Amino acid sequence: MTLLWILLLPLLGSLVPVFTARWNRSACALASAIPPALALMLLLLHGQQVFAGESLRFFASWVPQLGLDITIVLDGLAFLFSLLILGIGLLIILYARYYLSERDSMPRFYAYLMLFMTAMLGIVLSGNLLQLWLFWELTSISSFLLISFWWHKAEARRGARMALTVTGAGGLALLAAFLLIGQIVGSYDLQQVLNSGELIKQHSLYPLLLVLFLLGCFTKSAQFPFHFWLPNAMAAPTPVSAYLHSATMVKAGIFLLARFYPALSGTELWFILVSVTGLATLLIGAYLALFKHDLKGLLAYSTISHLGLITLLFGMGTDLAAVAGLFHIINHATFKASLFMAAGIIDHESGSRDMRKLNGLWQFMPITATLAMVAAAAMAGVPLLNGFLSKEMFFAETLHQHLLGSLSWVIPVLATIAAIFSVAYSMRFIHDVFFNGQPKGLTKTPHEPPRYMRVPVEILVALCILVGIFPGYIIGDLLHAASLAVLPAKVPEYSLAIWHGFNLPLLMSVAALLAGTLIYVNRKHLFDFQNTLPEVDALNSFERGVKQFAARCDRLYQWLDNGSLQRYMTLVLLSFVLLAGLPLTHLTTLWGGREELPIDAVNATGAIMLLIAAFATVVWHRKRVIALLMISVVGLMVSIAFTRFSAPDLALTQLSVEVVTIILLMLALFFLPHKTPKQSESSRVVRDLSIASMVGVVVGSLSYALMTRPFTSISDFFIANAKTGGGGTNVVNVILVDFRGFDTMGEIAVLGIASLGIFKLLTRIPLFKPSSDGEGRPWAVERHSLLLSTVSQSLLPLAVMVSIYIFFRGHNLPGGGFIAGLVTAVAIILQYIAHGVDWVKERMNVEYQRVVAIGLLIALATGVASWLFGRPFLTSWFDYFSIPVLGKIELASAIAFDLGVYVTVVGSTLLILANLGKMTTAHRPVHKETI
Amino acid sequence: METLFACCIGFLTFCGIFLMLRGRTFPVMLGLTMLSYAVNLFIFASGRLTLRGAVVLGSTEHYADPLPQALVLTAIVIGFAMTAFLVILAIRARADLGNDHVDGKLPNMGAAKRESR
Repeated sequence: MTLLWILLLPLLGSLVPVFTARWNRSACALASAIPPALALMLLLLHGQQVFAGESLRFFASWVPQLGLDITIVLDGLAFLFSLLILGIGLLIILYARYYLSERDSMPRFYAYLMLFMTAMLGIVLSGNLLQLWLFWELTSISSFLLISFWWHKAEARRGARMALTVTGAGGLALLAAFLLIGQIVGSYDLQQVLNSGELIKQHSLYPLLLVLFLLGCFTKSAQFPFHFWLPNAMAAPTPVSAYLHSATMVKAGIFLLARFYPALSGTELWFILVSVTGLATLLIGAYLALFKHDLKGLLAYSTISHLGLITLLFGMGTDLAAVAGLFHIINHATFKASLFMAAGIIDHESGSRDMRKLNGLWQFMPITATLAMVAAAAMAGVPLLNGFLSKEMFFAETLHQHLLGSLSWVIPVLATIAAIFSVAYSMRFIHDVFFNGQPKGLTKTPHEPPRYMRVPVEILVALCILVGIFPGYIIGDLLHAASLAVLPAKVPEYSLAIWHGFNLPLLMSVAALLAGTLIYVNRKHLFDFQNTLPEVDALNSFERGVKQFAARCDRLYQWLDNGSLQRYMTLVLLSFVLLAGLPLTHLTTLWGGREELPIDAVNATGAIMLLIAAFATVVWHRKRVIALLMISVVGLMVSIAFTRFSAPDLALTQLSVEVVTIILLMLALFFLPHKTPKQSESSRVVRDLSIASMVGVVVGSLSYALMTRPFTSISDFFIANAKTGGGGTNVVNVILVDFRGFDTMGEIAVLGIASLGIFKLLTRIPLFKPSSDGEGRPWAVERHSLLLSTVSQSLLPLAVMVSIYIFFRGHNLPGGGFIAGLVTAVAIILQYIAHGVDWVKERMNVEYQRVVAIGLLIALATGVASWLFGRPFLTSWFDYFSIPVLGKIELASAIAFDLGVYVTVVGSTLLILANLGKMTTAHRPVHKETI
Repeated sequence: METLFACCIGFLTFCGIFLMLRGRTFPVMLGLTMLSYAVNLFIFASGRLTLRGAVVLGSTEHYADPLPQALVLTAIVIGFAMTAFLVILAIRARADLGNDHVDGKLPNMGAAKRESR
């Protein structure tokens, strides 16, 4: 459980500065430092166990279905990184207290910093791949916030955006890699993945997943060719740079390389990709660092170069190289963090970071200068400092590798060249800034920083020296524990001595120091040469690239979404043809082995009528009234088809819906043009015909293939249980109101919502008032036909009676709430047609919205009622009663539910039709009625 | 019979799609209605065709599949609600925008004649 707190404390800590914002700055900084300090203590408490080679675990199930669990693993590697993150993080908090000015929002800074700290800890402590990835993305986001901390500066915003884009894209690649690993291994648990190294490496997808994985690592760790975001992230406040670019953010990629070293390394592909990338980065970073006039720019490229060095070490594939990589991670973190902080002090106290202005600062800030010089010497690899030790190991390893076959001797040479440049830029950092004449054009006189601003630098520099002189004593255990995590099989013998005798690596170091000094002294020629090269502005070209990409996406989007419904439909339908049609081509024959039914004369006639009517609808679709008549024939034929093929309920429903639909469309024609103008070009018609026929062919074939295949259905259950469980013999109705009652509930809700939506659409509609029909004939003066009004009045009670009959018999014979509701609605609509809105209103003043609501409530109440009996929602109940005179009758709760359906259907249908109908009469030209 | 039935479904789909690809609202509504016939028949057909097998217990020897029937029954009613919504939307669009094109504006084609209101 304490493991979890190591992670939770900094997270909670991100809230502390928000609450202590009103205190003075020192108090706020102190309060913010408490949670990470506690976390550090907790971490150190586990030190003994970890050094003994134990791997501590915390496990909590989160979403086991997705393989996502909260797993925290504290092994040597995680311990090493957590120590760096928390330790340097605390120093940064102290440093930032003095670095940030009164104008900067300190609470905001600390909150972001702590969030970032949590994310980093999450990465290194995760024992689950998905969880790790979550924190990985969180570092991208929180580092975005940190880099853009001075959001009023354009370069900070641009730099932050670039960092987020590059690392975010890498994160997606990493996710893909993790998902592939999860698929191959069958688990996202880190330990299982690390144990399945052979399985992963032998899988055919290994090359793909490795490339994706490395993309994630290399973008995060600023490896060539993704290194360009790091120098631009230097727009961040220096404490951020010191933290992100020494110990944390950029080390995350390296961390992953180390973490997955047991599972993914050891193949030819790994060696080539990782070592070549590392080597290129090492060289390019070291070379370019020399030419940066900005202090932080120099350090940024130096960071890139050192990250390349570590990557190269992990790419060499020897066990010793991996140990050297881990060692250099520690060393680089200490000297680079202190150098960044020193650069920040110089910037803070002299007002500039430009090495062309900064000269001779030794006389103004001798203590800071001494500290910076020691750290820079460690960076250059001067003996007795920690940088020397890991660099020696690196040199030794370059001599032992065989990566490039007979050309392997190139690598130590290139490594030496990189070391030469490393010495040269370190010299520049020391000589150009602290000596080399007097400062030029500084706005203020440089001076030593506040006492406590220097403390973090002092601590780190002291570590550089201590590790450099007593490596085994200071860091031996830590390094051994971390190596054990990376090389579980066997940690090789290595010696952390400062003196290995006169050997080739020492010679390389000495040569690098001498040649580096030489290059620095003669740097003018090199600078002149560099100036003749065209300067590449990474930020501008990156943004241009992003813009072009966005423009291309925009064009694609414009093409897809051009506002034309016909275009969308075409695309959707074509994809349908493709997706549904292609599988059909794999079938050798459509017929699935089921005997066809014989065709009788009635069915054939019906089918022919249906085809003719459908065809006529299409042909005459521009004459709208005729098309409407034709389509009603189609609907009629469909309902007859339902009758023929044993679906009486469907036939009844289809028939009554048909009536309502046709009335609705007739009403609609009152407001819409009666003819469609000829507008489609012939080519368009041909295109549409071919699309429609393709879809028709696919759907027709599909239904034939479906119908001729034998099948088993879950319906046997419904048929077997309809009577015993639902108390009805009409299985379709029992399914609707009982077995699948909850579905029906949703469906009547949709019906109600649609009708309410229509009601809303019709309010305050700016109607135009046609005074004549499409042919130019004025609307009939006579309002209501006498014949119709007389007949309809007498028809109403009959129709209502029929619907009641249909309703009650529905449970046992074809009928039910839906059909009864539609019949009632049609009967009432007839009154509207025959007598007009006002007449009906006088006699039956009902607000149909309320009817819809009541219907839904009845259905809902039936469902809720079963709760009273301790049963799940909508459990049905039925029993038989003997009532005198009537005899034995059945009462079922499903009847009440069906009543809800009935009322909703009546209400919705009338809400739609009556409201639309009202519009037609309201705007009809008024004629005086003669009585 | 299945062949004929499948032909009918295919043809109704063809007609429905063709009408739905027209530019004015009314043919599109007709097309949608036609397509919903086709879809309903298709879902219905997934229970296979049965003659004289209405699923009323005790009325026959072999029953049709009641489940697709129940599905289609609600589909018909909801289809009506959706058609109605579309119709009213079309009326509203005509009233607000002054034309009955599905895109809310007439395409800029040479042949297009501005519809007189």
